[in-house]
Amino acid sequence: MNMKDNKLKISGAESLIRALLEEGVDLLFGYPGGAIMPVYDELYKFSDKIDHILTRHEQGATHAAQGYARSSGKVGVAIATSGPGATNLVTGIADAQIDSTPIVCITGQVASHLLGSDAFQETDIIGISTPVTKWNYQITKASEIPDIISKAFYIASSGRPGPVLIDITKDAQFEFCEYNYKKCNGIRSYLPVPKLQNEQITEAAKVINSSEKPLIVWGQGVILAEAENEFKEFVENSGIPAVWTILGLSALPTEHPLNMGMVGMHGNYGPNVLTNECDVLIAVGMRFDDRVTGDLKTYAKQAKIVHLEIDPAEISKNVYAHYPILGDCKESLKKLTNLVKKKSLNNWIGLFDNHMKIEYKSVIEKDLFPSKDGLTMGEVINSINKHSKGDAIIVTDVGQHQMVACRYAKFNSSKSNITSGGLGTMGFALPAAIGAKIGASHREVVAVIGDGGYQMTIQELGTIFQTKTAVKIVVLNNDYLGMVRQWQQLFFDKRYASTEMVNPDFVKIAEGYSIQASRVSDRKNLDNAVKLLIESKDAFFLEVCVEKEDNVFPMIPSGASVSDIRLK
Amino acid sequence: MEEEKIQYTISIYSENNVGLLNRVSAIFLKRHVNIMSFSTSQSEIKDVFRFVIVVSVSEIQIKKLVQQIEKQVDVIKAFYHTDKETIFLESALYKVKSSSLFEERQIQNIIKDSHANIVTVSPEFFVIEKTGFRKDTEKLREDLSKYGLLQFVRSGRISVTKAPMGISQILNNFKNQNKKNE
Repeated sequence: MNMKDNKLKISGAESLIRALLEEGVDLLFGYPGGAIMPVYDELYKFSDKIDHILTRHEQGATHAAQGYARSSGKVGVAIATSGPGATNLVTGIADAQIDSTPIVCITGQVASHLLGSDAFQETDIIGISTPVTKWNYQITKASEIPDIISKAFYIASSGRPGPVLIDITKDAQFEFCEYNYKKCNGIRSYLPVPKLQNEQITEAAKVINSSEKPLIVWGQGVILAEAENEFKEFVENSGIPAVWTILGLSALPTEHPLNMGMVGMHGNYGPNVLTNECDVLIAVGMRFDDRVTGDLKTYAKQAKIVHLEIDPAEISKNVYAHYPILGDCKESLKKLTNLVKKKSLNNWIGLFDNHMKIEYKSVIEKDLFPSKDGLTMGEVINSINKHSKGDAIIVTDVGQHQMVACRYAKFNSSKSNITSGGLGTMGFALPAAIGAKIGASHREVVAVIGDGGYQMTIQELGTIFQTKTAVKIVVLNNDYLGMVRQWQQLFFDKRYASTEMVNPDFVKIAEGYSIQASRVSDRKNLDNAVKLLIESKDAFFLEVCVEKEDNVFPMIPSGASVSDIRLK
Repeated sequence: MEEEKIQYTISIYSENNVGLLNRVSAIFLKRHVNIMSFSTSQSEIKDVFRFVIVVSVSEIQIKKLVQQIEKQVDVIKAFYHTDKETIFLESALYKVKSSSLFEERQIQNIIKDSHANIVTVSPEFFVIEKTGFRKDTEKLREDLSKYGLLQFVRSGRISVTKAPMGISQILNNFKNQNKKNE
């Protein structure tokens, strides 16, 4: 029989669902509304093939999609209606853009004949989302749906990943059309991965081999390229000390002997100071964010910069790259490893150890084993490490708790640190943790959140309640917007403008959602409470009342040089 | 010390998609760079659009701007050039009251000396067209404004480069690559 005659016409909404299934999507995070109802009607019919997690706010849907993408390595999908539904997605989209997270957002739109008429719940989401998406497109005809959806997934997940938004008018969802799906495997105007140039690798290998104090700084690119093994081999075969940006964390196990810690504003002492003493700085899949570099005029000026990067626009954007290596680092690292000679760098590595001793004495010891009465954030993280044995995914929000968690959390495997890095989105952690748990259901997921950020998306407790997602929540409560308060203390003469929080009874709130909950404010109860949290089969909420006015150190004051990092 | 700003012409070859204009202009907006001139048209290749944008920025800035433009999915290729590397023009239209043409004899000389063309003449007004460099269209505007300009409008810069662009090459490579994959 001729296939053509056999082709049935289906609605745009149905072809959207079929296209999502072709892309391997079995789960959406979203919130229904008028302009997306035909799609939800199809979701109802396809509920045996595709799951829908109803978040309590569209922002939660994007963050959950991000958490899902970061823990699973797959594309996360969020869906919402037009107007406010669409605008509520924007924070999560902006976060995914700056942190290179592959998500596809689908929004309903008013019918095409109403476009531009200021119709009910009409908003120009294409215009609004343009600066914060890798790509976006408005569909007004059902026939466009299969091709555009396939293109959306290709763009979101290829090259340097990022968010894509597809806006579909309501008439296109209703319209009937033949369905013909073809997977996208190339776009003529888009080169996702630049072709590796062997000369670039040879040149870089030469300068690395002739160096005496080389330093590797790695970022999330290693994780996004799934190049953890290649990276580990490069580090081990070269013997070069390696330090990480906040998004690179967990790509190399914390306990690896060449893992020297974190760079940046609240990073470790040695990695920051020695950035300005190395002779060759090998940047892998990172973008020299200002929180990493501090003052650019004094950043690693003595060093030759080797930059392994997939996005040509990142080369020499902030820091001049003497030896750029464009391409997929999974490929380039392998080739570089073959050319790099292992050398003994005992004296150079010894400097990291010396700096670590200084930092331990003046900061770490006090954070992890405090002698004062009040609980520190550090000892909570330490207790989580003890009970999770470094196998948990830690999802953090933004602020002091985030810096402390990233400094002290131990990780044995990659894709374990999920946090809002570039955008610094408070409210990220709770919904992202839901997505992370669903994306990696076999793993323990612990969300560590401050009392401020927790209340920005606290409504997602409803999602946890309804879906029975076993997320473990730890709120480090100091009754302050702690990081802002720290800055007010250090740079604004302790004028605590609007940073003190009068908080509700968080335990009661969690219990209102039937989530087991406890509160700790005494050191002797901490360890047992964390143990119960980790061992619980279901979601669990733990509030830890920590010292109110603790500060996070070390710290590079904003605009200062990495060598001027303060220990107190 | 601030770096010297130079006038650069950015040429973009792109798909003709709704919204791309927004995406390109957002790159300038985000970096607080003012666009001095902007024009779009069909290019020499079927279904490929061309943008010509003029900005005054430092060399470091122009490189970063073009990198960001080229990063956009729908952009095939973007270039930047100095004035010396391009052949460029702008067109201007001048609408003048017809009566002044007869009352002010000097106007006729201005038109003749400027090598401008008269596009249309009616009892009420006539329209002059002048194509050339900015200083030429600007001089004519100044000269005519003394006698009362009813309307003046100038187009964005259009420019072609002295060096070849190689866009067809890129598109052919993609086509061949795709054939290989199939």
